[in-house]
Amino acid sequence: MPVAASAIYFLNLRGDVLINRLYRDDVGGNMVDAFRMHIMQTKELGTCPVRQIGGCSFLYMRISNVYIVIVVSSNANVACAFKFVVEAVNLFKSYFGGQFDEDAIRNNFVLIYELLDEIMDFGYPQNLSPEILKLYITQEGVRSPFSSKPADKPVPNATLQVTGAVGWRREGLVYKKNEVTYIALITLIDIVIAIARLIDSLCIQVFLDIVESVNLLMSSKGSVLRCDVTGKILMKCFLSGMPDLKLGLNDKIGLEKESQLKARPTKSGKTIELDDVTFHQCVNLTRFNAEKTVSFVPPDGEFELMKYRITEGVNLPFRVLPTIKELGRTRMEVNVKVKSIFGVKIFALGVVIKIPVPKQTAKTSFQVTSGKAKYNPSIDCLVWKIRKFPGQTEATLSAEVELISTMGEKKLVTRPPIQMEFQVPMFTASGLRVRFLKVWEKSGYNTVEWVRYITKAGSYEVSNEEWLFELSMIWTMDLKRGCGRVCGFGRVGTGSLGCAGHGTDRVRCGVRRFT
Amino acid sequence: MSGHDSKYFSTTKKGEIPELKEELNSQYKDKRKDAVKKVIAAMTVGKDVSSLFTDVVNCMQTENLELKKLVYLYLINYAKSQPDLAILAVNTFVKTSRVGTNGVYLWQCQAWTIVAKLISVKTDGNGDIWEVVQIAIPIWVPSQDSQDPNPLIRALAVRTMGCIRVDKITEYLCDPLQRCLKDDDPYVRKTAAICVAKLYDINAELVEDRGFLDSLKDLISDNNPMVVANAVAALAEIQENSARPIFEITSATLSKLLTALNECTEWGQVFILDALSRYKAADAREAENIVERVTPRLQHANCAVVLSAVKMILLQMELITSTDVVRNLCKKMAPPLVTLLSAEPEIQYVALRNINLIVQKRPTILAHEIKVLLEFKEYATEVDVDFVRKAVRAIGRCAIKLERAAERCISVLLELIKIKVNYVVQEAIIVIKDIFRRYPNTYESIIATLCESLDTLDEPEAKASMIWIIGEYAERIDNADELLESFLESFPEEPPQVQLQLLTATVKLFLKKPTEGPQQMIQAVLNNATVETDNPDLRDRAYIYWRLLSIDPEAAKDVVLAEKPVITDDSNQLDPSLLDELLANIATLSSVYHKPPEAFVTRVKTVSQRTEEDDYPDGSEAGYAESPAHAAETGALPPSSSASRQPAPAQAPAAAPPVAAAPVPDLLGDLIGLDNSNSLVPVDQPTPAGPPLPVLLPASKGQGLQISAQLVRRDGQIFYSMLFENNSQSLLDGFMIQFNKNTFGLAAGGPLQQPVWYFNDKIPLHVFFAEDGRMERATFLETWKSLPDSNEVLKDLPGVVINSVEATLDKLAASNMFFIAKRKNANQEVLYLSAKIPRGIPFLIELTAALGVPGVKCAIKTPSPEMAPLFFEAIEHLLKS
Repeated sequence: MPVAASAIYFLNLRGDVLINRLYRDDVGGNMVDAFRMHIMQTKELGTCPVRQIGGCSFLYMRISNVYIVIVVSSNANVACAFKFVVEAVNLFKSYFGGQFDEDAIRNNFVLIYELLDEIMDFGYPQNLSPEILKLYITQEGVRSPFSSKPADKPVPNATLQVTGAVGWRREGLVYKKNEVTYIALITLIDIVIAIARLIDSLCIQVFLDIVESVNLLMSSKGSVLRCDVTGKILMKCFLSGMPDLKLGLNDKIGLEKESQLKARPTKSGKTIELDDVTFHQCVNLTRFNAEKTVSFVPPDGEFELMKYRITEGVNLPFRVLPTIKELGRTRMEVNVKVKSIFGVKIFALGVVIKIPVPKQTAKTSFQVTSGKAKYNPSIDCLVWKIRKFPGQTEATLSAEVELISTMGEKKLVTRPPIQMEFQVPMFTASGLRVRFLKVWEKSGYNTVEWVRYITKAGSYEVSNEEWLFELSMIWTMDLKRGCGRVCGFGRVGTGSLGCAGHGTDRVRCGVRRFT
Repeated sequence: MSGHDSKYFSTTKKGEIPELKEELNSQYKDKRKDAVKKVIAAMTVGKDVSSLFTDVVNCMQTENLELKKLVYLYLINYAKSQPDLAILAVNTFVKTSRVGTNGVYLWQCQAWTIVAKLISVKTDGNGDIWEVVQIAIPIWVPSQDSQDPNPLIRALAVRTMGCIRVDKITEYLCDPLQRCLKDDDPYVRKTAAICVAKLYDINAELVEDRGFLDSLKDLISDNNPMVVANAVAALAEIQENSARPIFEITSATLSKLLTALNECTEWGQVFILDALSRYKAADAREAENIVERVTPRLQHANCAVVLSAVKMILLQMELITSTDVVRNLCKKMAPPLVTLLSAEPEIQYVALRNINLIVQKRPTILAHEIKVLLEFKEYATEVDVDFVRKAVRAIGRCAIKLERAAERCISVLLELIKIKVNYVVQEAIIVIKDIFRRYPNTYESIIATLCESLDTLDEPEAKASMIWIIGEYAERIDNADELLESFLESFPEEPPQVQLQLLTATVKLFLKKPTEGPQQMIQAVLNNATVETDNPDLRDRAYIYWRLLSIDPEAAKDVVLAEKPVITDDSNQLDPSLLDELLANIATLSSVYHKPPEAFVTRVKTVSQRTEEDDYPDGSEAGYAESPAHAAETGALPPSSSASRQPAPAQAPAAAPPVAAAPVPDLLGDLIGLDNSNSLVPVDQPTPAGPPLPVLLPASKGQGLQISAQLVRRDGQIFYSMLFENNSQSLLDGFMIQFNKNTFGLAAGGPLQQPVWYFNDKIPLHVFFAEDGRMERATFLETWKSLPDSNEVLKDLPGVVINSVEATLDKLAASNMFFIAKRKNANQEVLYLSAKIPRGIPFLIELTAALGVPGVKCAIKTPSPEMAPLFFEAIEHLLKS
């Protein structure tokens, strides 16, 4: 049964109901008390998002400082329920100007009630597309367009659009050619685009953003343990009428299919293999399945056209080679070399490298070839920042770390990995390229397409070298068991070392018996 | 566009309700609107604003859609508390949902009827008639609104009406719903489709009688995809709650719906896919066709669509015979499943629970996605011991689960052993033992490497594993005897699992290499394991080996060295039939809990009786016995009035009849005595004679309600006499009695109505003795003989005196215990009797007693000796009475 909810509650962190809506009466109105009692006030909170209490199941999500709780008593479709919540939150955000928290809910409760009534009926999700809903659900409570009194804003056939086959785009959009909204100028590319826009304001423009994030786990020796890229294509367009768009990428299967159809050999050039793709609901999936072409009628404005995943043949933008040398009992030398392995002409921005050091670090001194570095004791890391990192270059950091001297034996300890953050514009780790974007519309207007590429660091981590450090030992007598001395090894990095000198606390890990 | 509604929450003045009332009736529109918002805000934070019902409903006649919606919202929440007023409100819906013009006249007529009704309702209480008229006027004055052809309002009306779950409303709902199902506007139709499901939930018969199901089925062919999707959802839900076939998916519907899939919204796709997953394809070809048309959905950005598509594909795959097609499908399903794991954590959780199921069914589906080995290896070199162990175990599980990964896993494990970290090595050895069992004769070459780290082992499980390996492969290890010997030295101190393995390994070694060394070893071990141990497991095993070896070494070989079955990793493995059921429920709660839906969904129609379990179906065998005569009598008593006239709580305990042990004429008299007003009630009512009823639920527990009850047999029927006494101040009504299941189908449930009281009553067995329990002498003897002695139960009844045989027999015969024979044994009388209880269970009874002397010996023989205690209780009761 695809029912997604019998009731939906919005609670703040204290458990007060901000808004609730009952869709079915198979759950009692006081069920939220059970949620408060058995989930919010216990350690269960945050452990498992689906819980059964009594005859009801609670599905909950936390978004900023709000808990959204769905209550059901039937065998509901959980995937549908969670997706509904995610989409509903997106919808609310688009109504409230991007903000979704307790205040936003209180300030817009009438609107939320109205939306909740519209987007779900009897537990079945209905149209959640902001584009369409904004036609007839507005903050001002638009007067009925059909009523005898003249309405402020006539909404033509809103109901047909809600239920229409192209439920994400309203009809009859008209844009003047130079009516392109302003995009914040963040990068140089934006500026170029802005200039280009000035020059060529006669054409309608379509913007494509290919945003990739690279996830990497590399061993300290430089071998890749896990690597994947998740990418998304964001599109922003303001086109008149009902345009039909077709996107061509340099993915292998698509190209092969195309060459088959056109009986023409594939053009040379790098092709890539996408592990998986998912599309916005505007994309014709049957057609994609048959012809491997991405064709769609876009919603108006900005939206996420597709998401993809790649695990093979990833171009890593950076390589990190750490070496750690110990100099005596309380000193160590940290050397980190970072190499950029993308094209010479492009550069990375906002590079941050976080190199973990032991908790008992006392003093650090650095030498860097570029950027700035400092020791941040609150996260126990050396933070090295490089604003601009050109391609095919390398930067090194050599630091000397002095530790607080402790007594005890040497022991292997956990080594948090080195983390990296960066953005590389005009570079895709997957190698994905947009080959074309064609626009058809019966009025036949010209468009100009702009494509931006950017690769960001997802979780980009390199295992640190093993540390061989002195560990504090805490001696205590275990009188009860009478088995003599028990010693505990405090683990560096767990914060247990603070008590090293006092010898009163016992550390939990690695207790070993001496015989 | 951020609002500032929070101000509506911040009214903290004292007289909030009256103030709101005033504002709601304000002549200014804006003020009224604000007031409604305040009411809704108060409702949201849990304040009871139901007293404002009439005032809020008054505001319904507005052109402002936003305000209208708020009023509707209020209505949905409070309709139940004010059903009659809700009807009034509904007429506004009826009106607004009507597009025609001649409705005005009709509407006026209806309105008058309602006003009449209202007057009767209102004046009944303490309301005054003017208030009613005041409410009615704004509603039955037809406004321009009634002509409003706005589909949004029409849809809103029908949507809200369905949410007002007041039974009386349904009759007002039918006509507008009928019209809306055929409305020109798809938005209204799609709303009406769902409304049919709502109505079905309130009154299923009405939906069927009024032909809504057919209208709904027509909507499947609607030209609007969203209407189709909602109609499918509604039909699927109705089908789920109905035993009759209502929504049968034919291949024609199937193909129609699959086509609609392309044009639907994402949610519509989910509805359709979920509904279609019930469809059973005729053959493999059809299944392949369906799958082909569903596969594109795997690329959808909506996780619910993906999972529903996966469900559908998996179900159809059952029918597909071609291994190529199946392999191909698995290949197509894997990446989308992995992609789900990059969604929000909650969705990831749902996805993982489902993947767990899918992998159990199709173990190979994610075989290509094993990319974690190296990561596990990296983890295995971490410092956190528990984490490391888990990582090593995980590698082992990969090896056992996936044949193609086994070799890589082994090499990773060997590398790990080489780093010689104690606990890593130990964990690796445990894991490798299982791998040997899973893939026999494949990886034995690594034994040498394992033996190198022999002396580092100090954990029992690792030691036991290593010893097992040595024993199992003794013929390949040259110095197996030396290795084992080193362990044997500490045999007595080892933990039991190591001892057991040592014993077995030594026996294996001996059988494989029957030389002198092993022979000495085995003698030492057997001696140790039999004489010097307290562990029975070890001793038993040792004795078995010892005997085997001494009697027939060849047989011992066959037993000990028998080929072992290949193991599989069955951790978290579900029962196949359960698995299939869960797979049919992919994406639902059932798949998350890994429980079938029945296990956690309690289908309860009304919320108020949530505690009532449906597990006790009506009409269980002899379960339902109730005395209509008695019920009528107790009903005829004026319990509430008598109690309300005399609210003296001190009287309540005196109401317990059993206290009066002296013979009490009848239960009415008893009550009258309690009433202290003999003159009020006629005494000469026909009442059945009977002892006072024992109190089962004292008034103190039942919030003033006291229940006395007893089972009695009269005129060949079993009656449950119940006496209800209301000691509370208020009127109690709506009683309902339910008997929970028991051996006889009896033992009482309780009157059910909120709150529910449970009580227990013991059943005297003799009420079950049937009239046809008489046996012929010959049958009696035969039965007596045919029953084994174990079925004979004997009991002394010390307190019972039999003074006269005849009187006793008469007494027993009255309770359907029939005399068979008697004989004299010395000075004792021996009586033989028979009785029968439902389901034809006979009791053969032997009573031995000396006349006039207390003490009766009772022996019974019956096929159900477990009834004996009950029987003895019954006969003692009968003999004493």
